[in-house]
Amino acid sequence: MTETIAAALAIAGKDIRSEFRRRTTLVAAIVFAALILVVFNFARDPTAVTAAELAPSALWITCAFATVTALSRTFAVEIDHGAIDGLLLAPVSREAIYLGKFLGNLVFVALVEAATLPLLVLFFNLALGGALPGILLVAALASIGVVAIGTLFSAMTVRVRFGELMLPLLLLPFMMAPLAAAAKLTAALLNGRPLLENAAWLRLLVTYDIVFLTACLLAFPFLLDE
Amino acid sequence: MSSDVLASARSSMRAGRVIAIVGLLWVAAAYVRAIAFTPVEAVQGPAQKIMYVHVPAAWCAFLAFILVGICSALYLWLKDPRLDAFAAASAEVGVVLMLLVLVTGPIWGKPIWGTWWQWEPRLTSTLFLFFLFVGYLTLRRSVFDPLERGRYSAVIGILGALLVPFIHLTVYMFRTIHPQPVVLRPEGPTMPGSFVATLLFSLAGFTVLFLGLVMMRYGLSRHAEAMGGHDAVAG
Repeated sequence: MTETIAAALAIAGKDIRSEFRRRTTLVAAIVFAALILVVFNFARDPTAVTAAELAPSALWITCAFATVTALSRTFAVEIDHGAIDGLLLAPVSREAIYLGKFLGNLVFVALVEAATLPLLVLFFNLALGGALPGILLVAALASIGVVAIGTLFSAMTVRVRFGELMLPLLLLPFMMAPLAAAAKLTAALLNGRPLLENAAWLRLLVTYDIVFLTACLLAFPFLLDE
Repeated sequence: MSSDVLASARSSMRAGRVIAIVGLLWVAAAYVRAIAFTPVEAVQGPAQKIMYVHVPAAWCAFLAFILVGICSALYLWLKDPRLDAFAAASAEVGVVLMLLVLVTGPIWGKPIWGTWWQWEPRLTSTLFLFFLFVGYLTLRRSVFDPLERGRYSAVIGILGALLVPFIHLTVYMFRTIHPQPVVLRPEGPTMPGSFVATLLFSLAGFTVLFLGLVMMRYGLSRHAEAMGGHDAVAG
């Protein structure tokens, strides 16, 4: 158990380090997120829809697309120079590889979200007030489940034809539940409502995370069954 | 070995064809019964007749989905290629039936709800199942290695089954205007007996047709495999 976690942390550390050294993907994902926010602002009728009304949807749709973009590269870097074989030959369990990739992706997505939120506040003239801790919690809960599934799917799509197209096709239906919950909760928080007023949505997010993180962890070894 | 597979594939195709023809005739009889021998509903008028297609198609589509889930789980466990081929055949027939549900639903919805589309739980769940099935079948077409294809699609099949309750709950938490169950209720059906009889008759016909088509498709993909050919969908 401790071995698995240590190996997972080592793999996650490797991914995050190499990401920080190259920075290309991270910068690209953040710029991509900023661009979507800008597009959102112009793709509305300013006399009919206020920026504040659109903000929760803009935030979560932006994060969803940025996440898909980010996830498509996680196993691609391993495939490029046959690094995946080294990873598979390493004396660590398949679960550890999955958890490591999952944690690395989670950090990556968290960084993109951390960059998106201030941009949203800036572009949409939001006053976060006391909503910030709640939004951060919602972001964490919504991201865990999506990244869990996305990590599993990117391990598949990286090896199939048209993988870049397959990942969003497979992942977006799974994003619907966390996306709806996150947008609903964020809208309530921005309106100054207490977080626990929507406890049902929070429960949905937590259940989703537990179910899919467990299922993906169990399913991952089957994907690499050579 | 291969000739055994070939023979069993051919017999599945033959049996599937017979069952599908019986199902087709049965469904045709159900239409005749629904249109000519079942009373017109007082409030909804002729639009209600769509139920005799919509509900059985939805039932078979969900049956298809359950079969995909079960066969996927069993495939990962037993590694039997027949389970994979059966899951794929079921998904392929299921996606057609889902489309039928998604087309007949709005046609009924326009006169009765006053709107073509409503984001309510069962309709939305069906739409998402449709997307999942399309993703599942698209993925199958992009993987060449049969073992890899089997494993990948089985994982999607299982995760998809886990997703359905979440979709349903999410949309339910928005709100609902879909008709509540009218047959399977603890207090007994709210529909007149003749309506229920026609619905069940049609439902049985659709189920037979569904099973026939799945068996045909299953036999076809086994046949292609035994011939050393490449069946892009089922294996």
